[in-house]
Amino acid sequence: MAQIQLKNVSKNFDGESVIERLNITIKDGSFTVLVGPSGCGKTTTLRMIAGLEEQSEGEIWIGDHNVSDISPGKRDVAMVFQNYALYPTMSVRENIEFGLTNRKIPKVERKELVYEIAEIVGLTPYLSKKPQQLSGGQRQRVALARAMVKKPKVFLMDEPLSNLDAKLRQQMRMELIQLHKRLGTTFIYVTHDQVEAMSMGEDVILMNKGKVVQQAGPMELYNEPNSMFVSQFVGMPPMNVMSIEDLVTYSEDSWSFQQQGVSYIGFRPEKIKLLKAPSTSGFCLNCEIINRETLGAEIIYQLKSQIGNIQGKSYLTPMVNEKKVYVEVEYSDLYYFDKDGNRISSIIRTEMKSTLTAAGEKTS
Amino acid sequence: MKSWPIIRPYVMIAPALIVFLLFFIYPIYYMVYLSLHSWDFISPTKDFVGLSNFQQLLNSSEFAKVLSNTLVYTFGTVVFSITLALFLALWLNRSTRIHRLAQTAVFSPYIISLASIALLWLWMMDPDFGLLNWLLSLVGIPKQPWLTDQNTALFSLILVAVWKGVGFNTLVFIAGLQSIPKDLYEAADLDQSPKWRTFYKITLPMLTPTLFFLVVTNVIVSFQVFDTVHIMTLGGPVNSTNTLVFNIYMHGFRFFNIGYASAVGVILLILLAIMTWLYFRLLSKRVHYQ
Repeated sequence: MAQIQLKNVSKNFDGESVIERLNITIKDGSFTVLVGPSGCGKTTTLRMIAGLEEQSEGEIWIGDHNVSDISPGKRDVAMVFQNYALYPTMSVRENIEFGLTNRKIPKVERKELVYEIAEIVGLTPYLSKKPQQLSGGQRQRVALARAMVKKPKVFLMDEPLSNLDAKLRQQMRMELIQLHKRLGTTFIYVTHDQVEAMSMGEDVILMNKGKVVQQAGPMELYNEPNSMFVSQFVGMPPMNVMSIEDLVTYSEDSWSFQQQGVSYIGFRPEKIKLLKAPSTSGFCLNCEIINRETLGAEIIYQLKSQIGNIQGKSYLTPMVNEKKVYVEVEYSDLYYFDKDGNRISSIIRTEMKSTLTAAGEKTS
Repeated sequence: MKSWPIIRPYVMIAPALIVFLLFFIYPIYYMVYLSLHSWDFISPTKDFVGLSNFQQLLNSSEFAKVLSNTLVYTFGTVVFSITLALFLALWLNRSTRIHRLAQTAVFSPYIISLASIALLWLWMMDPDFGLLNWLLSLVGIPKQPWLTDQNTALFSLILVAVWKGVGFNTLVFIAGLQSIPKDLYEAADLDQSPKWRTFYKITLPMLTPTLFFLVVTNVIVSFQVFDTVHIMTLGGPVNSTNTLVFNIYMHGFRFFNIGYASAVGVILLILLAIMTWLYFRLLSKRVHYQ
């Protein structure tokens, strides 16, 4: 059992609160991703779990042990650092072996373990090389091997892929997922990249300003964001959100939503349809295409409407060459948020008749 | 002007080259030239005497003593001041107000002129009225002769040199320590590395460039010790603190035996050249550069 629990954990740096009363439960054996914009406290949280940073208040539990006051080496965790933190003066073998030597594991056993791990991560030919002589991907593997060889209860990873190029990052992502399946240990992975979070995490903890905004699986996070922040953080491009007040001018029905406490309406760029004529079956905006990003399978449109700029994304459809188009979104794909940005999920699938023309006249 | 592209680089480096030739190469050449002659600065002729100056100094017991003094002084100064500086740096490598104050305090002797320091210590080392013996008497240790005894004079000079140089070395070590990435220590912590092993396996290897730099510069400076000898002991008692550069000065500018002095100078040059070559051959292989 290596479930991790943070109970009312707070952290202050020089009197400034970075994390306030954080409560997190990380399931045993899960691949949990801590994600959020920079400065949201995700790395600090990870470092507190590792013991590299002392929490100002609260308790941290790993399995059945309260590790709040235990030194990092005794917490049975291993960490992969952002820039790997390999010991530059030691060979790959010594790097991997260092933690074992310190645990007074006999030499023969040590040697076996190092070879075993080196074989798994494909480092056997490089064992006597120095980290400097290795490529970025190989260094990454050394860092992983160094963590793995200790057979920890928990793996902590602090943006481990951010120093790799895009192609290698993709490959390492797959390898990490495979590795997690194979080891079955708890992985806690910190990243600021929502793509990494969504593609790797079984459980994603989205943080902002030192607080957990939402903890859920990636699909739930995408489909059922609990706030405007989540809806705009997850997904690429982010969700289009418009203020209801802007909409009121053009839409007959907006006022009734306003009455129900709706302040913002959002929809995902990939849920739109670009039509030549105004639609009668959904939420419709009259737009002008100002830019097209042609990425191949998908095309991202920058659209200008009466109520601000929005983005649209289409898959495997021919490019729309018209300058003026009608954007249609099905009512069921609309999201409603209150004035604090919290999701109002009770009015899903309510129809809203709003069709806007370029001139701002109502046409529906 | 076809030749201009060929000539141009030479014209470009000419100013630097002329300065180098005039102030580095020519003096060395002239020193070697003088070392093969007998001259007293005044007489219009310099008599060529071949290697007799060298013969004379190699047979002289004084020169043997001077050489051994210089080696002992250099070894003592370098080992003590670098070891002490390393410990001070490890201790002071924090940026609280008190640590910064201590860093400044340790460094301050370095900016005082060596002549003032020599006079100050001459005073403090006075066997009858000096501060050091008074301090020793407080803890019941008998008076030491310091500079007035053959056995303690050289050690006393080493003490002054260490006192003056340790601050600079400490500061360079602190800079070296601060350039070691913090996450290495965190990784070591997670690897359960005991403190001493972290120091021995991570800190020390990462400090080797600093250490190498300090050894080279400290040895060169110590080899050329002059001021403290000149002011505090004049090479005495009984040649016990007579060092190479002081020896050159005495023979050249006091006894006007410039040929002999130049010969000693040549020996000093050769010794420093050999040592520098040795560092780069032997030590540099074990230095880790990032």
